[in-house]
Amino acid sequence: MNPRYILGRIGLWLSVFVIVSPAILFFLWMASLSLKFEIDNASYPPVFFPEHIAWKNYADVFASNRFLTYFSNSLIVTGCATGLAMLVGVPAGYGIARMAAHKSAIVILIARITPGLSYLIPLFLLFQWLGLLGTLVPQIIIHLVVTVPIVIWIMIGYFETTPLELEEAALIDGATRWQVFRHVALPIARPGLAVAFILAVIFSWNNFVFGIVLAGRETRTLPVAVYNMISFDQLSWGPLAAAALIVTAPVLLLTVMAQRQIVAGLTAGAVKGG
Amino acid sequence: MSVVTQASPAAADNAAPAREWRPPSYWPFVIPALVVVLAVIIFPWVFTIWMSLQEWKVGSPTVFVGLANYLRLPTDPRFVEAVGHTLSYTALSVLLPLVFGTLAAVVFHQKFAARGFLRGIFIMPMMATPVAIALVWTMMFHPQLGVLNYLLSLVGLPAQLWVFNPATVIPSLVLVETWQWTPLVMLIVLGGLAAIPNEPYESAQIDGANFWQVFRFITLPLIMPFLFIAGMIRMIDAVKSFDIIFAITQGGPGSASETINVYLYSVAFVYYDLGYGSAIAVVFFLLIVALAALLLYLRKRLLWTSQLGSEA
Repeated sequence: MNPRYILGRIGLWLSVFVIVSPAILFFLWMASLSLKFEIDNASYPPVFFPEHIAWKNYADVFASNRFLTYFSNSLIVTGCATGLAMLVGVPAGYGIARMAAHKSAIVILIARITPGLSYLIPLFLLFQWLGLLGTLVPQIIIHLVVTVPIVIWIMIGYFETTPLELEEAALIDGATRWQVFRHVALPIARPGLAVAFILAVIFSWNNFVFGIVLAGRETRTLPVAVYNMISFDQLSWGPLAAAALIVTAPVLLLTVMAQRQIVAGLTAGAVKGG
Repeated sequence: MSVVTQASPAAADNAAPAREWRPPSYWPFVIPALVVVLAVIIFPWVFTIWMSLQEWKVGSPTVFVGLANYLRLPTDPRFVEAVGHTLSYTALSVLLPLVFGTLAAVVFHQKFAARGFLRGIFIMPMMATPVAIALVWTMMFHPQLGVLNYLLSLVGLPAQLWVFNPATVIPSLVLVETWQWTPLVMLIVLGGLAAIPNEPYESAQIDGANFWQVFRFITLPLIMPFLFIAGMIRMIDAVKSFDIIFAITQGGPGSASETINVYLYSVAFVYYDLGYGSAIAVVFFLLIVALAALLLYLRKRLLWTSQLGSEA
């Protein structure tokens, strides 16, 4: 333990503190805003720890504005969009990896580059024509734009690294392709499935742009509902911050709990939808 | 592997030993996804290009107008202005996260307690719901009650109008974007750092190089490819940035922060001018492709000159 080493450790922890503090302070401030009465939120200099904690902000959010409807809308849209994407995307990732059809990745690249709004114009007309506006179906379908490329991209990467020998052995033993996929490839790729699932859930849950165009009063997802609250209660910060925190809390929890999978997925594909 | 033995008896009906064994086709695996991709990605694209050639407003009949929508773009001052906003917003939102992300990666490359957990905290801004964080940033930007002006006053700086002043709105939004997306750059560069072998560092230590020299002459050149990838991804996302801008300023004050994407939203879904909106979408996409090509070209040039430099 020489002094130089100790100095280095202090410097390291100092830099870690500086780097992590913008994130920590922001979310702490968010929590603080959501737990204060208006009198504390409107005071200057700002109050960080209030004398009285306003749990009622959270109660208000759940009681008002059909928040539970919007919550279940979000669950349905994200659940269906992710489930469907896994259903079609995982086999596709497998097929593309085994055929070494790298050119097909160009479609995914195009999907990655295209602004979400460009999908909205034609699909909006299509849904209108089909009479689907006013239901959750348009949002589920358009969220596939986000979730399917994520799943395919990550699964290509995973299936390319899984060993071929086992699959070849199974084929020679007379297994069908489907059996090989189901009983050999899929179990090995389980970590990849988790990564693809988590990222698809997060980016679908967070999506905002599709909702503001396609969602009606009854079919809003949570991000759209929160955005609409901004214009209505410009001045009641407490309930607004509480709503914002409720919307993003599931994602934040998932991020901290599954940070290893998320990091693996993001550095492998660096995908983000929308 | 019990799964293998499980699979083999079930497939005995397929055995035709006389026939030459051929590797199976994997097309059936891809077809469902192909249908989905055709429906939600390819079809919208083809339809958009076709629509961009029409005069198409909701509620009135459509007329084929050829390239008129495209010719309207350069004469539309709001569009030209939006291109400028997009480019300045993008340039700042690529450079700042690259700088801070690289620094953060160098720190996270060290070994310290609770590193995984702290890394999880660090990437929270990029995973959080953009609208939710935009809402809180709006409160923090508030000129009278916002916490940012309070923090400025603590260090003796004058209060700012942040997103409420046309001159500072883009830098303020870039601040949010940088806060949000520095973690992605950090993760990519961190992957690069993990791939660097130890030898160069050992010999540098023997030669007595200081920390800055090691970073400048060993680390930086070796992570260049990763910085390039990070810059490319950042560029694509920054050009398309919508949630943060729309939720905080809606393109205002006036049109001071109206980027192409925000303008596209107004044209298509506020004025319902779908033909013109489609033309903007096509040009917007081409602009992103052009920027990506420019980055690729710059990278080639840089590689070429640095090789020349090392030979000289």
